[in-house]
Amino acid sequence: MSGAFTKSMARNIFYGGTTFFFLLFLALSFDTMKQLPKRDMRQNITPSIIAGKHIWETRDCIGCHTLMGEGAYFAPELANVVERLGSKEAVKAFIQSRPVDGIPGRRSMPQFNLTDKELDDLANFLEHVNTINDANWPPNIQG
Amino acid sequence: MQYKSQAVAKPYFIAAIGLFIGQILFGLVLGLQYVLGDFLFPAIPFNVARMVHTNLLIVWLLFGFMGAAYYLIPEEAETELFSPKLALALFWIFLVAGALTIVGYLTVPYATLAQLTGNDLLATMGREFLEQPLPTKLGIVVVALAFLFNITMTVLKGRKTSIALVLLLGLWGLAVFFLFSFYNPANIVVDKFFWWWVVHLWVEGVWELILGAMLAFVLIKVTGVDREVIEKWLYVIVTLTLITGIIGTGHHYFWIGTPEYWQWWGSIFSALEPIPFFAMTVFAFNMVNRRRREHPNKAAVLWALGTGVMAFLGAGIWGFLHTLAPVNYYTHGTQITAAHGHMAFYGAYVMVNLTMISYAMPLLRGRAANSNKAQVFEMWSFWLMTVAMVFITLFLTAAGILQVWLQRVSDSPVPFMVGQDQVALFYWMREWAGVAFLIGLIVYVISFFVKGEEKAA
Repeated sequence: MSGAFTKSMARNIFYGGTTFFFLLFLALSFDTMKQLPKRDMRQNITPSIIAGKHIWETRDCIGCHTLMGEGAYFAPELANVVERLGSKEAVKAFIQSRPVDGIPGRRSMPQFNLTDKELDDLANFLEHVNTINDANWPPNIQG
Repeated sequence: MQYKSQAVAKPYFIAAIGLFIGQILFGLVLGLQYVLGDFLFPAIPFNVARMVHTNLLIVWLLFGFMGAAYYLIPEEAETELFSPKLALALFWIFLVAGALTIVGYLTVPYATLAQLTGNDLLATMGREFLEQPLPTKLGIVVVALAFLFNITMTVLKGRKTSIALVLLLGLWGLAVFFLFSFYNPANIVVDKFFWWWVVHLWVEGVWELILGAMLAFVLIKVTGVDREVIEKWLYVIVTLTLITGIIGTGHHYFWIGTPEYWQWWGSIFSALEPIPFFAMTVFAFNMVNRRRREHPNKAAVLWALGTGVMAFLGAGIWGFLHTLAPVNYYTHGTQITAAHGHMAFYGAYVMVNLTMISYAMPLLRGRAANSNKAQVFEMWSFWLMTVAMVFITLFLTAAGILQVWLQRVSDSPVPFMVGQDQVALFYWMREWAGVAFLIGLIVYVISFFVKGEEKAA
């Protein structure tokens, strides 16, 4: 860099540029918040779905699975799991039937001993996530 | 060491290295669980080991940043630290809180841990990287604020250099954006949207200011190049970082229910994110080439150059590989993401911390540089860990390409686990590369105990 470009010029560009792009980011975020109600199906969120999200979090499901592609990559995508397994009942049956000691040699899901209500809530939550308009992701049913 | 109070950095660096070892051991457990699914099951399920792996990483990097700040700020401000006692007290609080959290993860089922720690009062747990119980999160805020108070007061009473200001800005940003970890709305889309305000605006935003400041500080010391030149570069780099990285957050808003325009904003701006990393590499090599002194600490110079190169490869190139929306549609949430995550964190934040430790630790131990013999050990560890990480990344990338093909692109997409079984060979190779990384880390630790002729400080 030549001598004409001084440190104070660099500093001014830093403060000015950062401020500009941060404000632009805030404006885009504000617009996103305005548009989300058309996409995130919030009108359908029931107390059961909220309780289901709580189950999702307190079992740290994201520590193995992805949800809309975010999380860990050890186990299948779950945003479309209700669709993939065919029904909420199938999802619940899968969760319920996990062996306590796992399956020898295989990646195994813990047995969480969820109550019937907790299973319903969790399945409702997963079904809800499947309805969110996420720009047609994932590419196919396998997630 | 020019100021007595800089000595508080030492326990921070030691704790950082200790937690780093823990992080790598759990990384090896995870790698093995990828191929031997029932390894340690049900005692330590994958999600628990992963929490320990990622949380230890975050905590040890924070220890490193804080140690770096305590070392660097007095020298930059040309005055003793405002309160060394506070710094030492915070060290123990943070270490005990961190240790208790990890013990909690390993000994109590996560749902029980959530119940015991007040997650029903304010639910913040169970989101990736923000798994910490509420008391730990509050503890992080308290420690961060007290730490910021301490170093800000130090700068206020002393010389205000650009390096100190950029570092302060980065650290304040770190604390401010962490506050979004307490916001967990019932609406999953909104939850995910603001979750990235912690995660992305940390690692592709304010943390890069901390990185830049640390690297600039070490480069001034080891090259003797004029401060004006280095600080001008620092401003250019952090400018490029933030004007690309802030809107670049959009590359996380492609497929989570947010509007489609983010595919344009996110793709374009994050495609520019390699530029600041490239600038950093050029900067580091340029300054070393123009050096005005031969610093006896060759290892520190090596780490500084390595940070530039590996951050550019891991964050820049591997990030660019899958950041364009049409590509990301297929690669989102696969081993490609994991490959990028590993090399980016190592290249940028692990290596800059090791650069700082490499430079400062000998001085904290009363010498300008370690003996040649000790430095040879350290440089061996540099190459072992760095090459191992390159291979971890390459193997994960190979696994990821195959996974994308099998599961998402081919005419007859296979279920997740069917695909995983078919790429197991690459997971085995990744695990062996992980073992090589651990050997590198062991050599690194040994280098602290190698004696020999040392130059006085």
